[in-house]
Amino acid sequence: MFGAVIGIAYWAYQENIRTKQELAVAEDLQTAIGAARNRLSILRAEWAYQNRPSRLQDLADLNFENLQLTPLRAEHFSRVDEVGFPAPPKINLSDLEIVEIAQRGENEND
Amino acid sequence: MTDTSLRTPLRPLGQILSARAKGEDTRKIERENIKRRHDDTKESTLMRAQGRLLVLGIMFLCLYFAIALRIGLLAASEPSEPKSQRAGASIVAQRADIVDRRGRILATNMDTHSLYVETAHLVDPEGTAIALAEVFDDLDAKSLFEDFTGKRKFLWIKRKMSPEQMQAAHDIGDPGLRFGPREMRLYPNGHLAAHVLGGASFGREGVHAAEVVGVAGIEKTFDERLRDPVQSGKPLQVSLDLSVQAAVEQVLHGGMKLLNAKGAAAILMDVHSGELIALASLPDFDPNNRPKPPSKGQAADSPLFNRSIQGVYELGSTFKIFAVAQALELGLVTPETIVDIRGPIRWGKFKISDYHNYGKELSVSDIIVKSSNIGTARIATMIGSTAQQNFLGSLGFLEPIPLEMVEASGGKPLVQDNWSDLSTMTISYGHGLSATPLHLAVGYAAIANGGYKVTPTLLADRSQAERHRVLSDDTAAASLKMLRSVVTKGTASMGDVPGYAVAGKTGTADKPGKGSYETDKVIATFASIFPAYDPKYVLVVALDEPEDRTGDQPRRTAGWTAVPVSAEIIRRIAPLLGLVPQFEN
Repeated sequence: MFGAVIGIAYWAYQENIRTKQELAVAEDLQTAIGAARNRLSILRAEWAYQNRPSRLQDLADLNFENLQLTPLRAEHFSRVDEVGFPAPPKINLSDLEIVEIAQRGENEND
Repeated sequence: MTDTSLRTPLRPLGQILSARAKGEDTRKIERENIKRRHDDTKESTLMRAQGRLLVLGIMFLCLYFAIALRIGLLAASEPSEPKSQRAGASIVAQRADIVDRRGRILATNMDTHSLYVETAHLVDPEGTAIALAEVFDDLDAKSLFEDFTGKRKFLWIKRKMSPEQMQAAHDIGDPGLRFGPREMRLYPNGHLAAHVLGGASFGREGVHAAEVVGVAGIEKTFDERLRDPVQSGKPLQVSLDLSVQAAVEQVLHGGMKLLNAKGAAAILMDVHSGELIALASLPDFDPNNRPKPPSKGQAADSPLFNRSIQGVYELGSTFKIFAVAQALELGLVTPETIVDIRGPIRWGKFKISDYHNYGKELSVSDIIVKSSNIGTARIATMIGSTAQQNFLGSLGFLEPIPLEMVEASGGKPLVQDNWSDLSTMTISYGHGLSATPLHLAVGYAAIANGGYKVTPTLLADRSQAERHRVLSDDTAAASLKMLRSVVTKGTASMGDVPGYAVAGKTGTADKPGKGSYETDKVIATFASIFPAYDPKYVLVVALDEPEDRTGDQPRRTAGWTAVPVSAEIIRRIAPLLGLVPQFEN
């Protein structure tokens, strides 16, 4: 009986210590998360600042010789049929059979 | 048998027996005996009750002390957040960001520090004052020293500062200089969309934190939403497009400089949803460092003044299409109807004439294409003043537009008190009724979207609550066709952008001066719709006092000023808006 009381008391003490340790770890993590969030928001602001349109415009102007960036205009659009696709591969004689069969199949469907 | 020996007999047998022997009355003895026994019982009961009360009292006292102790502890100890909270649940208590329609940041927060002085802790007031004046250009060493040695115990030096300034102030090393952490509002794009964003400043300030409050624009309109801790993680998405806004502002600024205008405004609106994609007003300002309202001069000349939603101007011939559209709607005319344009029309002292002489008669379509005041006035006479008033009212030209900006209520249109027949005629070609460029955009949107009045909005994805029809489909289509002709063969020939089929109407209105109209100052406006084959956007560009000085004579008409600027804007932004050009031929 007495031993059991001692045992339980020891267990409770242990649990208490462990809980406190975990809480301390959690608190450190919270602080770290807070700091990371803060850093993230500063980085986001920095990113937005570095990518502000006026700066990008200046950069495009400065590097015009190398990049030749101009605003997108209507002339830059073209239709799909104006795109020079690679020529279709030459058909081998041995493939002709397949074409014939395919045509026959189509005719049957009709 | 110890028990029996201790037992007191119920009746005092000894006394009774001896009394009997003497022949006395035994009942008296018995009564006395009973009384004595009763007294004994009473006393012991009393003792027991008192004992119980005492125990109970002590228990309550202990309880009371325990509660008092707990209350005292709770009151005296520093509050702390629950430590075992989940990481995701923690609240980021800061003002919500503002982002554009594609999620790019327009306004966010930054940690900064304030600088204050506790004069009691100052070691070297004079040296500190001199050193501070060196760090901050706008501070004066002499007045600082006076403040430090005066009666005040506490004073703010700087509400916010850069990390470099903070380091420099820290290096002064005086213990009286203190830093307080706080958040500040940052607009990373500088001047971009300054009027829409407005600006923010500090409300209640403490040394540990300061409240950031919106002072103008959407920062003020949505102040509560932005400060709501529940929604602080969720940015406020506005309908503006950052790159489109930047392109519009850039072209507008260039045009304003080139044409020597003192101000300019541009509005780009989605004709179906009423979303404002770009809203610009020049000159503008940096919301990071919002200037103070002007104490002298005209408010309309301040950079804080938003010409596109606050500026009420007579918008000139851009109004003509409304008179014609209404006449078409009422079945009074068709685009081919011939109208007598011989003039001038005289009305008392007043005379209505045309800019050029266009001959004796023009078709309704040509009245718009050539912009004939006389022709429009004749059409307006057919409509009548009440009908005109109702129609312009239904397009929203008589009320301020309920836009989500505090400044919008300032854009109240001006009309004459009595809407006479003369007013009907002048208003038909845009004189006698002053409205904001945004009003004009709403009116043109109704022509562009097939006859529905839209409510402009600055919020992304806000669907129109109810679509209210003001024109029939056919009228809108016929009006649009006329507006397209204005660009292909009329006053706005410089406005054509190959691929994007611009339709629109120019307007050049003399500015009202003292008593009469100025002769050399105009507001040049071009209200356009593009692409005409499938209208998606309406663009209104207004220039304040433009003057093209490249020719022999200064040219001020919208066709030479607002139209080329609009064309360049459309050339730049249409690809950005994802519009694929279509070439008509």
